[in-house]
Order: sequence, then C-alpha cells, then structure tokens
Amino acid sequence: MSDVVTGTLAQVAAALRAKQLSSVELTRALLARVEAAQGALNAFVTVDAEGALAQARAADAALAEGDAPPLAGVPIAHKDVIMTAGLKTTCGSRMLANFTAPYDAFVVAGLRKAGTVLIGKTNMDEFAMGSSNETSYFGPVRNPWNTEYVPGGSSGGSAAAVSARLVPGATGTDTGGSIRQPAALTGICGLKPTYGVCSRYGLVAFASSLDTPGMFARTAEDCGLMLNAMAGHDARDSTSLDRDREDYMRELSGSLKGLRIGLPAEYFGSGIDSEVAAAIDAALAEFRKLGATTVDIALPNVNLSLPVYYVIAPAEASSNLSRFDGVRYGHRAEKYTDLLDMYKKSRAEGFGAEVKRRILVGTYVLSHGYYDAYYLKAQQVRRLIAGDFQRAYEKCDVIMGPTAPSTAFKIGAKADDPVQMYLNDIFTIASNLTGAPAMSIPCGFDRRGLPIGVQVQGNYFSEAKLLNVAHQYQMVTDWHQRAPKEVA
Amino acid sequence: MAGAWEVVIGLETHAQLSTASKIFSGAATAFGAAPNTQAAAVDIALPGVLPVLNRGAVERAIRFGLAVGATINRRSVFARKNYFYPDLPKGYQISQYEIPVVAGGFVPIVSPTRGSIRIALTRAHLEEDAGKSLHEDFHGMTGIDLNRAGTPLLEIVSEPDMRSSDEAVAYAKQLHALVQWVGICDGNMQEGSFRCDANVSVRRAGEPLGTRCEIKNLNSFRFMQEAIEFEVRRQIALIEDGGRVVQETRLYDPDRHETRSMRSKEDAQDYRYFPDPDLPPLVIAEDWIARVKSAMPELPEALKHRLMQDHGLTEYDATLLTANRALVDYYGQAVKALQAGDAQSNKLVANWVLGEFSAALHKAELGVAHAPASAAQLAGLLKRIADGTISGKAAKDVFDAMWSGEHGGDADAIIAAKGLTQISDSGAIGKIVDDVLAANPAIVAEVKAGREKAFNALVGKVMAASRGKANPAQVNAILKSKLQ
Repeated sequence: MSDVVTGTLAQVAAALRAKQLSSVELTRALLARVEAAQGALNAFVTVDAEGALAQARAADAALAEGDAPPLAGVPIAHKDVIMTAGLKTTCGSRMLANFTAPYDAFVVAGLRKAGTVLIGKTNMDEFAMGSSNETSYFGPVRNPWNTEYVPGGSSGGSAAAVSARLVPGATGTDTGGSIRQPAALTGICGLKPTYGVCSRYGLVAFASSLDTPGMFARTAEDCGLMLNAMAGHDARDSTSLDRDREDYMRELSGSLKGLRIGLPAEYFGSGIDSEVAAAIDAALAEFRKLGATTVDIALPNVNLSLPVYYVIAPAEASSNLSRFDGVRYGHRAEKYTDLLDMYKKSRAEGFGAEVKRRILVGTYVLSHGYYDAYYLKAQQVRRLIAGDFQRAYEKCDVIMGPTAPSTAFKIGAKADDPVQMYLNDIFTIASNLTGAPAMSIPCGFDRRGLPIGVQVQGNYFSEAKLLNVAHQYQMVTDWHQRAPKEVA
Repeated sequence: MAGAWEVVIGLETHAQLSTASKIFSGAATAFGAAPNTQAAAVDIALPGVLPVLNRGAVERAIRFGLAVGATINRRSVFARKNYFYPDLPKGYQISQYEIPVVAGGFVPIVSPTRGSIRIALTRAHLEEDAGKSLHEDFHGMTGIDLNRAGTPLLEIVSEPDMRSSDEAVAYAKQLHALVQWVGICDGNMQEGSFRCDANVSVRRAGEPLGTRCEIKNLNSFRFMQEAIEFEVRRQIALIEDGGRVVQETRLYDPDRHETRSMRSKEDAQDYRYFPDPDLPPLVIAEDWIARVKSAMPELPEALKHRLMQDHGLTEYDATLLTANRALVDYYGQAVKALQAGDAQSNKLVANWVLGEFSAALHKAELGVAHAPASAAQLAGLLKRIADGTISGKAAKDVFDAMWSGEHGGDADAIIAAKGLTQISDSGAIGKIVDDVLAANPAIVAEVKAGREKAFNALVGKVMAASRGKANPAQVNAILKSKLQ
C-alpha cells in the first residue's frame, strides 16, 4: 500500500477507482505522513483530519456507487491564502491567525466538485510576500531535500508537502513566481496558468493584477488533472475570462517534433549558478533529442521586470491590505487610545516586517507627485515587456530558461537582504507582468542534492502546450520520480 | 461696496442611483433596513471577494449623460481612493478619477438676474457610497452600519458658473428635477438620495478667481441658500477686514445658520488614486448608448419648447410645468381629456394645474402620483368653466369637493348636487336686476350722479341675490343697459 499512498495524483485516483484502497485508508495514511513530517518541515498551518476523513468517506461512497467525479477521494492541500469554508485561512499572518472564511474560493469549489479531499492548509510567506517562506507568522517551512534550506516561496508549504509526498497535489498562488520558484527549489512541477483562466474569487489579494492561482504536483499530467478542475469562468471575478471549457490534457501525448524553443540571451547571462546553467543545458539537449529546435530570441526589456514588479506589486498590496484595519475582523490591538492609535497598533502588531516594507513602498510610489514617475512608468514598461514576448512568439512556440538563478539557499542566508531575496524571482516575474502562463519542471540536482527547475513559458492560453512539453520531457527523464529522503 | 463683489459658485452633487442592488454587490439598496442587514461580503470587504459592476448603474449614468447633452466616454476607468475610516471597509472607495463615464454637458436654468442661462457640467462619475458611523447610539463607542456601503452614486460636478445663491438653488432644483425626470434617482433629500456640496468664492469684478471653500451638508435647498449667503458674507467681511480666505472644507450648521471649518487644505489626505486592478476599464458600446437613447423620455427643455410652440403656453408656465415630470404628465393628460387643444383651453389647464392643483398637493404634502383628483376629473371641471356652466368662484368649490372625493370626483355630479350651475339666461338675470334696482333707489341715484363705486355695489347686490350663480359678465352688461 505504501507505494500507492505516495503515488502521483493520477496513480492514486486510478488506485481508488480500482478499489486498490479506499479514500479513508489513503487519507489516514497521508494524515499520518503529514503529522510525522510537520515537526521537520512545518508545511501545514492547519490540518483538518476530521473533515478530511468525512470527505474521504463520502468519496468512498461515491466510488462505490460508481458515479464518482474524476479526482474522487484524492487528498490535496490548499495554500493558506485561499479561502476554505469553515477552515481557517491565515495567510501566514498574525493579522488573520484566527480568521475562518464563510465561503470557498472558486478553485477550492472546483476541486471539491472534482471529488478531492481537503487535508489541510499549507504554510506560506505572510500574505504571499516572500521567496523563501521565512516570513510566515507560523515559522519557516523547510525544504524536504535538506531541512536546513528554504523551500522557496511564497507557496513553500504546498511545495514542500508535494515534494515530501504528503499530498499528491496542492494549490498555490503565483504573483511573481510564488509557485514556480518553490516548485524548482523542491523538485516538483508548478504551473501558473494565464491570468484570468482560474478565478481569483476567494484568494486573499496581494497584487490583484498579478495574483494567479495555480498548482503543484509531481507530473505534468497531474497538473493537467488539477487545472481541469480549477479553470473556468466566474462571474464573481471581473477579471475572470469567459472562454469555452477546454481539456488541458488533450495535447499531453503530442510529439515535440518541430517545437521551436526560444532561448532569450537575457536568461542565460551572468548571475546564474553554474550548476543550474549546466542542468538547463542538459534539459535543452533532451528536448532537442525529442525533436525540438532552439532559436535565439531577444527580450530587450525583460531585465526591467524586477523593478517594475517591485513598484506595481507593493502599490496594489498597500491598497489591498488596507482592509486589515482591526475594525471588522482580524487582529485588533488590545489597548489603544483612539481610532488612529487602534489602526496603528493593530497593523503594527498584525503585520510582519516584509509586509510592512511592501506597504511602505507601495504607499510611497502611489503618493501624490510620485505616481507618474513610479506607478505610471512601471505600467508603461510592463506593456513594453509584454510587447517583447509577443515579438518573440513570432519566432518560437515556448521560451525556456532556468526557473531560479540558483538552487535553494540556507534558512536565514538572505533574510536580511531583501534585494538578494527579490533576485530569486528574476526569471519568473515577467510572466506575471504579461499574464501569460509558465511552468517549472524538475530537471536535475546540484552537487548538494538540491533540485533544479527549468522554466517553460508560453503565450496566452498555451497551458495545454506547456503541459505537453513537460509531459514529453518527463517521459524520457526521471527527475520528477526522485523523492527526498523521508524526513520523519 | 457689496455690489463690487462677484460671487462664484460651483456645485458637486451626489445622486444616489435608483438601482435595486449595489454598484459592486448583489445586496439590496432599500433605505431604512436594520443595520448591517443589507451588506454582502463585498460590502464588508471580506478578504478574497471582488467587485462586479452593476450594469444598471452604468445605464443610469448613460441616461444622465444623454439628458444633459454630455459626452458618454466609451472607455472609463474605476480607481481606488485610499483612506482609512471605519465606515469604509476596504480602506478605499472605488470611484472614477481620471476618466469619468460622463464628460461635459449643461443644465439650463432661469436666473432671477441673468434670465435663461446654461450651467456647464465638468463631469459626472460613478462611485460607491461609504457606510455610516453611528456616534450617538452607543455609549463611548461608535457603531458602524454598512447598509449604505456600496450604494451606487453619480457625482455630478458643475463648473463654477453660478453667481448667486439664487442661481445655485435654481441649478440644484433643476438638477434635482432632471435626475427624477430621467428616472435615475428618487430625489429623496431627507434620505440622502440627493446631496450637494457647494464650492464658494468671492472676487472683485474682473479679478481672477478667489480662494474657495467647500461647504458640505446641504441637504435642503433652503439650507443651501442660507449656507451660501452666510459664506459669501463671511468671505467678503474677512477680505474687507484685510484677511485672507483659506481653502478649507466647511460644514453648514442649520441650527446656528452658519458654516464652520471642518478641515483645512493642509489636512487634506493624499488619496493615492490608482486604477482598480479588480475592475477592467468600463467600455460602453455604441449600441448600448443607442438603446438607452431610444428609451429616454422627452427632456424638459424640448418639452418646454413644445408646450410654448404647440400648446401656446407662456415660457413662465411651460418652465414651471416642466420642472416636474409627473406634473407635466398630469397637465398633458388633462389637456387630452378636455379634448379642446386650443391655446385658451391649454392656458386654462395650465392655470389650474399650476394653481389650485399644485397648491392642494403642497397643502396635503402629496406627490402628483397620489393626488386624489385625476387629470380626467379635473378636465371634467375645466370643461364646465370653459362652457360657462359654472363661474370661476364656483369652480373652486367644485374642486375642493372633488379633492375630498365627493360624488366620485365627478364635476357634473358635484355641480348638480351643489346647485352651482351659473345663470346665463338674460331674462332671469334681467328680472333680478330689476328687483335690485327697485330696492335700491339711493344707490341708483349715486350711479346716475357718476359714482363708479356705486355701480360695483349694484353688481354685488345682483350677484348676492343670485346666490353667486349669475354670469358676472352678463350682470354687468344688463345693469349697464338698464341704467342708461
């Protein structure tokens, strides 16, 4: 049974359907793994054993009836920034440490409908702000490959949970790389779909024009299974796209013969760890063997992604986080003298340092007299960057490069240097600015045994193509099958 | 020296749009519900929920734009106005900032000093209302009612085109009538559905604009007039005393009849406006505008000119009638029921609708829709005035009876029951005249001596003898001929 328990999402779904084991058995086994790993990894903020078992029993009943939905009985986890009815949603913050949402997010509802069993909520950087999962009020998450190292962020808990085989799949959110970077650092797949493909309804907003729900799993196939359940139009999100439903797995088995892979010089310059560069080169060689060709492309403005991001994201965050004022819900200071004092103390106590830093930056760039120079200019450059990509896609089908410039770093190594920390997202941010989909696929390890990810970016609505590219690669490589040593 | 001063006024008006639900949520907008019972997740700013624009609010904005001859911007943008206040749950208000849905336009008014003029509009934009802070109900604490949070508003901004409190009030009244006319706002000022802020400054004629003060809390036309007049006196006195007007927001206190400082420009917050990333730009297609246009009622200006040209009404009557859509509709129904259509009959209808009928409504504090006398019933009465059946004086009695619902409001039945039919038979009148002349030889002698007043006394006696029913014109003529 133990192999089945740690199988991929597709494998456990098939095993459940074949009655090799029940969802209750599977759920109990994974709950035990979660509990055993919690001390070492700190991947979860909330574990809902009782609720999960109730859902598992219901799934078993549906499976017995024979009319079960595609992911019936498959345990998953949600990042703690995504609303789950009746279960705490903390955003990794003291501000919402005791907040329980009265409703399900759109993607949560979709995965429920698909039959998944919700095991718990995963730890994360506070309000999804961070690249190492060290800013969580509930303590850092550790990398299953080496617990002295960070798992990446902000969706570090989901990444660690999937990497350590605690769940076969988990949701995440990606605002500047928060799915792809931790996926790379923990050796699993992470997909950020096109902005608007998955509704943001029920995501606690960090930067509304960039926030994108997505998922972690070990295989491209699993990502496709989850995306099929998570995508769709939602009238409650004005930025949700009203498109025909599609099967994101329809192209999985297609050949990569003739695939044109664009290689931007900007993604292969200095500042990239040599072992990462070597792993990417090896992956590209693998793709050429599969029939793909590579073509040099230019993204002349992409180097401006990081500064543009660090204007737009904090600006939107400074406004989005205003609602956490201690008036209606969330943390309120115990002692205060008047309204202003209540605001100040509640927010000073409720938010951590990184969140405060971004609120300050965001407030500054939106201020009278600075707006044009910062926010407006950043939006203009954002359009230039999007233009670069559109020109590039005239010459290629997908763009590849490293997901992150280096493998995981030690906990604490960059905690006091925000700029070094921000540089981790240098390759992932552009697709948040453009809204196009991107994915990280495991493609090797460094000499310390820490995973490396290759990023595959595509044009708008090319999710099926990205999954096809990743799947074909996974058919001829086994990086995704390598598991970290059991931490418990 | 007050004559040397010129007053400059611009108004900002918040009209609450008459949608059933809020501008960004499905919660109801009805007034007077128990606190926080009409607040959806979006209105209380629960984390994770998002605004979805109410098309009905946009449609009303388009209607307004068409009514004032403005440009409907085909693309407008919602922005966030950021500030902290307990009754502002998101910590920002969603409002249109750089690109409003309606640009330009004008409102025609009649100024007591300048005649018919146009007050230009700068813009009108959509935004959401905030909630309410209840400071009195809880000892040492403030209650928050979020029922009003997210209520759709159209903020209508005028140019500083008004030169007196009279003009400001005329504009506000005209705008108030217009938003009701086109059915976008119920106009209820007590419930806050129509709120005005006035920007007031003074300057000596020919000089550049003076520093302005914004006066808030003008929830009646009377308060607006008083507040502006107080503010103008205050500013002139200040300058004449060698002082300087400071740009600030002032609050009108209707109990003390004065404005007082609320906050100065130095305290003004930096609202850090930026486009709301949760809402794509509002794009209005041509065919939407065309559909709204085709469903628009005839506008007051056009109707006014039609009433003057086709109905032969004076500009004064036409202006008064078209100040209120229900009233002019009532007029139109009465004209139709009267089946006359000539200028004289139309004038009779207008006189009664603007006179007795409006006075009765005012006295009973009723709207036209709730008038106890229908237009057809009033026409029944006017018919009897026109054909001479009853005198003007008797008609007022009939109207009163009609208003009270006597005889089902049927004019003929009331006239018959009260015996008010006018005597127009010259033989019958002649007999009464003969009796009066015989009974009053002294007065007859005075008339013959050339005293005009004495003639009137005889007319009065004849009318009294007929118990008011004799046709006065005939009484005059017969008396005259018999006294010659």
